[in-house]
Amino acid sequence: MTTTAPAPARPAPREPEVNRIGLGRDYYKGLESTLCPGCGHDSITKSIIDAFFDMGVEPHVVAKLSGIGCSSKTNAYFLGQSHGFNAVHGRMAAIATGVSVANRKLLNIGVSGDGDTVSIGLGNFLHMVRRNVPLLYIIENNGCYGLTKGQFSATADKGSTLKTGVPNEMPPIDCCALAIQMGCGYVARSFSGDFKQVKALIEGALAHPGTSILDIVSPCITFNNHEGSTKSYRYAKTHEDPLHEIGFIPFFEPIRVEYDPGEVRVIDLPDGSRITLKKLSHDYDPTNRTQALELLHKAEKEMLFYTGLIYYERESRPMPDQVNLIDEPLATLPAERLRPSNADFAEIMETFQ
Amino acid sequence: MSLAVTAPEREPRAKAPQPILNDVVIKVATVNGSGSQSANLILMRSIFYMGVPVSGKNMFPSNIAGLPTWFTIRANQEGWLARRPDTDIMIAMNAQTAAEDIAELRPGAILLLNESLKGFLQREDLTTYVVPFDEMVKEACSEGRLRKMVVNILYVGVMAHLLGIEMTCVEKAIQRQFRGKAKAAELNLSAARYGFEWAQNHLKKQERFRLEPSRATEGKLIIEGNQAAAIGAVFGGAMLCAWYPITPSSSLCEAFIDYARRYRHDAQTGQATYAVVQAEDELASMALVVGAGWAGARAFTATAGPGISLMAELAGLAYFAEIPAVIIDVQRMGPSTGLPTRTSQGDMLKAYHLSHGDCRHVLLIPASMSECYEFTMAALNLAERLQTLVFVMTDLDLGMNSWMCDPLPEPSIPIERGKVLSVEALERLGGRFMRYKDVDGDGIAWRTLPGTAHPGAAYFTRGTGHTEAATYSEKNTDWKENMDRLARKFETARQLVPPPIIETEPGAEIGLLAFGSTDGALREARHLLESLQGLPTDYLRLRGLPVNEAVRGFIERHRVTYVVEQNRDGQVAALLHDEFPDLADRIQSILHYDGLPIYAQTIIDQLLIQEKENGRS
Repeated sequence: MTTTAPAPARPAPREPEVNRIGLGRDYYKGLESTLCPGCGHDSITKSIIDAFFDMGVEPHVVAKLSGIGCSSKTNAYFLGQSHGFNAVHGRMAAIATGVSVANRKLLNIGVSGDGDTVSIGLGNFLHMVRRNVPLLYIIENNGCYGLTKGQFSATADKGSTLKTGVPNEMPPIDCCALAIQMGCGYVARSFSGDFKQVKALIEGALAHPGTSILDIVSPCITFNNHEGSTKSYRYAKTHEDPLHEIGFIPFFEPIRVEYDPGEVRVIDLPDGSRITLKKLSHDYDPTNRTQALELLHKAEKEMLFYTGLIYYERESRPMPDQVNLIDEPLATLPAERLRPSNADFAEIMETFQ
Repeated sequence: MSLAVTAPEREPRAKAPQPILNDVVIKVATVNGSGSQSANLILMRSIFYMGVPVSGKNMFPSNIAGLPTWFTIRANQEGWLARRPDTDIMIAMNAQTAAEDIAELRPGAILLLNESLKGFLQREDLTTYVVPFDEMVKEACSEGRLRKMVVNILYVGVMAHLLGIEMTCVEKAIQRQFRGKAKAAELNLSAARYGFEWAQNHLKKQERFRLEPSRATEGKLIIEGNQAAAIGAVFGGAMLCAWYPITPSSSLCEAFIDYARRYRHDAQTGQATYAVVQAEDELASMALVVGAGWAGARAFTATAGPGISLMAELAGLAYFAEIPAVIIDVQRMGPSTGLPTRTSQGDMLKAYHLSHGDCRHVLLIPASMSECYEFTMAALNLAERLQTLVFVMTDLDLGMNSWMCDPLPEPSIPIERGKVLSVEALERLGGRFMRYKDVDGDGIAWRTLPGTAHPGAAYFTRGTGHTEAATYSEKNTDWKENMDRLARKFETARQLVPPPIIETEPGAEIGLLAFGSTDGALREARHLLESLQGLPTDYLRLRGLPVNEAVRGFIERHRVTYVVEQNRDGQVAALLHDEFPDLADRIQSILHYDGLPIYAQTIIDQLLIQEKENGRS
């Protein structure tokens, strides 16, 4: 065969893959993960890398924020050329609020866990959502405290058990329902193993001007992956019920396919990108707030694991707009634009005479 | 040495046939929420407009309406304006406290008593004026629902007659108080005039105290420290005020909002060059400040003791991750909820070491209105220069009471942003940027801001152990080296905080060391010790922590240094013991901690007792 067959056309040497701004995927990677092999969080990290690469985000405009916990460590594992801030437990939401004031040009991504978000940080989380701080906030939700060896978190389902068999007696806090009630305009639930869905949801979130909440069930392979856990791989895989098959068309790509409106819902994002939601067994409209809350209520009551874009609202006035913040980053405004004049000063002094 | 040093005017006062000129303490006892604050400010300002130096201190309850409140006015030609607890003239308007208010007066004091409280009067050793305010207000104000508010302005008119305050000054003060509220101004003007005329017709002018026009307030202002600090923040280029309402700091943030709204909007676009976020708690307000500081903004919060307790963890993050942040601590009386509306210097040690582990912070300690203003600007600069948390330690007395002062100086301190690497600088470094490397030997490393368009700009900030290159490390040597560098940075801070101010008298063996709102009482105490006892003292006013060598020198030069502070435990004295263990036996404490501002006599009394105990009487 090697002697008789004509030589096959030699494939052209493969160019390293680059994105629309000419950067390779490696620019979007970070350090090696130090999490347990098989951790759900590492899959999400990979989705983040791919989403930011595909969207062609400039790494230097990104601010990576996190609190404390296994999930919060992951910021070191992606976007190594972006500033990162691993702050204190439970305060990422408020830290992010400060960051968004200091420099409104930054693209903020926060990665946090269920303990960080709805136990120690619940108050700050809710108020961040209320303020509509511009931030993609990913909750890597494993229902337990991994870094302190597996205690229940506030998202553990009622009846779910610890490794020791002890059941959780309290109802879970539903991050998505809370986010919707606090006025969030982009709320999704997913499963770390559903790579394609996670990536599309991240890409959609990057186009949303306010807070986006992605509550992603991400199994803790070491402490919460046993029989009896409702946040295990097996449980998530066997129970995941996607509301739709989600696709994403970035603003810089032409739309090649005509969608049948009976089959696919199209969500137009403010930057010209589109989310496509192909119908599966449900006919779900994520722009209906009441329906979204009903769905979450049903999911909790019947222990259902719906994934997908749960709620979307295009109108979104992020915090910097609410406070009429100057368009340029505050952080780098020159001194002369920060200090009022001496005439202004004299005017103030006069009022105390 | 006798223990009987007292204010010079006390003894002669009882016998003096001549009226005492321009030297009087007036105390007004009212119910809060009744409009008495306006009346009291007007009374104070009327005296100010006559040219007589004056201070006003409000002793108010932690309550909105219906509880007792007192306002003391001290007028003093020489400018001694600290609180003086012995009242010359009491205006008793509150039935809840009338018995106590009358009982606390010393013989010969003057009492202006609302007629309805006549039953409380059991003393004959006072000069009492019974005034039917409740009847008068019916005449002075035709609208029944406004009478509760107007009744207080009547005593201003009565006092004008009794003390010789010019009505033109009263009128000017009313116009100022009700600026832009013509109807309220008119109502109060006519009521004040009514009170004045009623007193002219019914009361014989007392001869003990007299106010006469002077020029001692020419060009001066009356301002509150919270306002002064807010002006400092506005002109110091603060970009974020994140706060959670708490007495006595709320009025600082509210003043910032008012001034920023007026003076910090871009002329072209009308957009704000600042943001104010009223947070959900102090954890959040501090986290906002730290987040903003990390991303390059000049951010501050203002709070009080309970707030700094909640901010403790984030304070440690700011220290260890080296993030600029400013906390203005308007101290109130603790521990716990304590006395929310009373003053204290009780947060000094807590602020200095706020958070767990080896944690030390820079404290700026203003004692005057100009320092409240300038130290706020300086704190914003120092936080960025040192890349750390800087406190401004004021208190309720400074923050919420009325202080006469010279106009604040025009903002001349430049806005300094510290060691921040630009894209060009990073280019020159050629990839050698290391976030925590002490390249200049001052312990302060260079930083980059998120958003810097250079591939070498990014680094990872964490509150965990890290190397010079900002990578995660649990290595013992990395940890220790970093902590040693932070200690070195703190040594740099010693030279950057405002140096102490030292005033000396020839032959003084005794040093007095004080800070903050104690200043006025301390100066007066020195004056009295010198003039009445011939006891000279030197004075070091601490204006910042960490202390520098000037403080050591001062303690070394004196046989004994009394550290005067408004807390129970002698917190700054303890800190000085710690800094200068070899001098510890020369440091003694004078302490005042009842929630009301310190006064000269308490300093004198405690000093003389301790001198006696030291075998020096």
